[in-house]
Amino acid sequence: MVLRWTDFKTDVFVDWCPGCGNFGILVALQMALAELGLEPHRVVLVSGIGCSGKVPHFVNTYGIHTLHGRTLPFAQGIKIANPDLEVIAIGGDGDGLGIGVGHLVNAGRRNVDMTYLIHDNGVYGLTKGQASPTLQRGLKVKAIPKPNVNEAINPVMLAIAAGYTFVARAYAYDTKHLKETIKHAIQHKGLALVDILQPCPTYNDIHTKEWYAGEDRIDHETGKPIPRLYKLEEIGYDPVVHDVAEEFSKKVAAMEKAREWGDKIPIGIFYKNELVPTFHERIAKRIPFYLTLPPAKQIIHDEKGSPITDIMDFLEELKIT
Amino acid sequence: MAEVDFNWMAGGPQGSGVDAAANIFGRACGYGGLYVYGRREYHSNIKGLHSYFHLRVSNHEVSANLNDVDLLAAFDAEAVVRHIGEVVPGGGIIVDKDQLETRTLTIPTLPPEFKSVFQNYLKSQGLSDRLGDLLENAKKRGVQVFQVPYMELLKQIANRLGIDKLSKIMRMINVLTIGVSFGLVDYDIKLVEKAVKTFFRERPKIVEMNILALKIAYEYAKKSFPEGLNFRLPKLQTNEERIFLSGNQAVAVGKVLGGCRIQTYYPITPAADESEYIEAHEILGTRIPGVDAGVVVLQTEDEIAAINMASGATLTGARASTSTSGPGFSLMVEGLSWAGNNEVPVVITYYQRGAPSTGLPTRHGQDDLRFAIHAGHGEFPRIVLASGDIKECFYDAITAFNYAERFQLPVIHLIDKALANSSQTFPIFETKEVKIQRGNILGEDKLKDVEYRRFSFTETGVSPRVFLGTRGGIHWYTGDEHNEFGHISEESANRTKMVEKRMKKLEAVDREVPINEKVNFFGDKNAENIIISWGSPKGAILESLNKLTGEGFSLAFLQVRMVHPLPSKHVAEVLQKAKKIIDVEMNYSGQLGGIIKEKTGISMDFQILKYNGRPMTTTEVYNALKIVLSGQAPRRQVLTYGS
Repeated sequence: MVLRWTDFKTDVFVDWCPGCGNFGILVALQMALAELGLEPHRVVLVSGIGCSGKVPHFVNTYGIHTLHGRTLPFAQGIKIANPDLEVIAIGGDGDGLGIGVGHLVNAGRRNVDMTYLIHDNGVYGLTKGQASPTLQRGLKVKAIPKPNVNEAINPVMLAIAAGYTFVARAYAYDTKHLKETIKHAIQHKGLALVDILQPCPTYNDIHTKEWYAGEDRIDHETGKPIPRLYKLEEIGYDPVVHDVAEEFSKKVAAMEKAREWGDKIPIGIFYKNELVPTFHERIAKRIPFYLTLPPAKQIIHDEKGSPITDIMDFLEELKIT
Repeated sequence: MAEVDFNWMAGGPQGSGVDAAANIFGRACGYGGLYVYGRREYHSNIKGLHSYFHLRVSNHEVSANLNDVDLLAAFDAEAVVRHIGEVVPGGGIIVDKDQLETRTLTIPTLPPEFKSVFQNYLKSQGLSDRLGDLLENAKKRGVQVFQVPYMELLKQIANRLGIDKLSKIMRMINVLTIGVSFGLVDYDIKLVEKAVKTFFRERPKIVEMNILALKIAYEYAKKSFPEGLNFRLPKLQTNEERIFLSGNQAVAVGKVLGGCRIQTYYPITPAADESEYIEAHEILGTRIPGVDAGVVVLQTEDEIAAINMASGATLTGARASTSTSGPGFSLMVEGLSWAGNNEVPVVITYYQRGAPSTGLPTRHGQDDLRFAIHAGHGEFPRIVLASGDIKECFYDAITAFNYAERFQLPVIHLIDKALANSSQTFPIFETKEVKIQRGNILGEDKLKDVEYRRFSFTETGVSPRVFLGTRGGIHWYTGDEHNEFGHISEESANRTKMVEKRMKKLEAVDREVPINEKVNFFGDKNAENIIISWGSPKGAILESLNKLTGEGFSLAFLQVRMVHPLPSKHVAEVLQKAKKIIDVEMNYSGQLGGIIKEKTGISMDFQILKYNGRPMTTTEVYNALKIVLSGQAPRRQVLTYGS
């Protein structure tokens, strides 16, 4: 059966502000799932709190709308218990880089084979526009009373440092490129993070759609705006670690690229390394039947309800007579 | 059969092998058909501060300490200073001969609060702070002092093994004192050798060294103290299969038998031992040939991740749990509220320790009953089970999963440090009756042409469950209030119905779980006086109850195991008949007593409480109860035994 992106729609009313970048992300995600031919019941979307937290309700797959900052622990718990599920974690920049940043960093140490999408708009939208961890110091977006006094976190650099094996950036309004990036992320063997730049038309009056499009910078010759975003793949950038020996230099190159901001902002895949064993492979080394018989698929009792586990090994050790 | 009740204590600096000594001692007694109960006390410290193990050996099952020490194996001077007062007349102290000149007030690890009290004691007795003087003074009240030249014996061992540096075998002081101890009570050394072999089984070289040390010390004691201690430890015949285990181990084994397949944890005392023990046995045996089983243990970045990973895992159909202590549970609270709202069958094993805040990280307490019952914003159903002994820890670990899945709610299994770190002998646990109950689960075959609703309104409040990944069963979860599908809903009528749906599961628990799974009753149903308690005081209470009823007092004991939802009707029925209700708990306010008052209107007449970080002993519970029964007690008695 050929899946269409509309197969991944629910009839829940989408209540984001008109012009919200989330619309582009939602459609790109639904298109990616359809194009990859993933059956809806095999997909689990896990989200945190905030405007992005509502995504699972709009997608016709299993959906878990969790707590603020905790999308990654839930998602990892699900994927480790049942590796056959396609697990995609979703969260805002406040969710993942503020309240949940400890989970973001530690997930990098595990490299669970799943995808993490960060909706990155620089503000806490649902609480009415406070500065988020990705808003640069000195900026005063619409709703904050004074300019931001904190430095911004660079999600791409942080993810690379933490050990993510696929790190990309995309833009909410370039749906086609975003869709392709999400597909790459899902297909990547290991933990993939996509930092999705996203205008918040209601609260971020600095990084607007027009700003990304460069409408404040008109090319004198053509009379057209000079867009701020450019694609890494178009400049021949190779994000892939082909050999363990080049892991470090690739990371450094990715971080160099990730520093660019302002007039030239790269999007695309910064870093990709499939040479690092996934968490599932690490567990399977210890528990050989783990991949075929993960926790979710083990039978634990017989038809009479008696446990099938035999605790004799334990008791032999504990026995004294 | 002659009554055996022998109380042995090993004490020394942390890192000197106190624990190993106690394990070997306990096993050796077990091999001889004796029953053992042992309590481990240690500081929140890796090396150097004082720790001890208080072991009770008997010819019948024992489940609490007495205040007595019959034989103290002191690894260092501090152990003597700390415990000399507990050694009974006729009892003995094994002490290092070279330590007699130690000035006890200069021992750097003695805390100032202890020193000032000790200094006053020395003054009142007219003693100097020389260790030898302190021991001489003890002799006056009939305590025997066995001076053993630890260094000389170690030198002999070193010579025999060809070891050049004594520092390499200093740790064997522990086995030396075991050898001397068993020599003094004339116990069969073959059994002790077996215990040493089992304890160090993976390291043959260490086994050899320790057996040599054991023999040298045993023979030294026989030769130097031919009279020995005024007591002989007999060997008893038994055909019964017995095990010797701690509460941490009992929970671990119960969990895997109960089908736990994901365990998450963040390191915390006294919970972490359980998770590590499971991890060491991650590949499980099964009764069915060709069927594999294994449990994945995940050490997380914090307790927030621990509970939420476990909750996530349960949604896939795996039985999952997490283990923690008070500070960790505090971090889990938001996750608990999510699990309650989403009817998630996650199990939290909660090892209480002295609180608040970091409190007494390695010491005992029962301060968190109300916290376990009330933690989390909003109202949602949960079950809180409190085990009273190590055996109950095992069975409750299984039951917790059954309740969680049958009623689809978080279950908190409340244990405490006294159960976690104590070890006890039991006849091997019977598992034939153990059943796994997973509740109402729908598979793919039941979902064809059905519009599945995860939170469908039902009579009991429990809706059929579908695991993530099941074809035809797509649904949603959210921490927001939700409709039957699991989508966000702020509609007022739906809200009322959803709150009621969740909360009425507690009525189902009231109705469907038989009372004998919720309480234990010991003693005469028509007794005039009733003790009420929960958790680890059970052992000391039961022993005291037997003794006091033997003396003719009319007394019974109601142990509450399901502390939430409290079986209030039954508790009220039992308590209404009592002349005196005596509440025994290890906290300041008598938390269970307060809850009973809230739910039944019945007040506790007397409180016997303790909150010094050390478990209740039979001696002090017996004494306190006797004062109540004799009509001389104040409403509130506070117990203080234990160093």
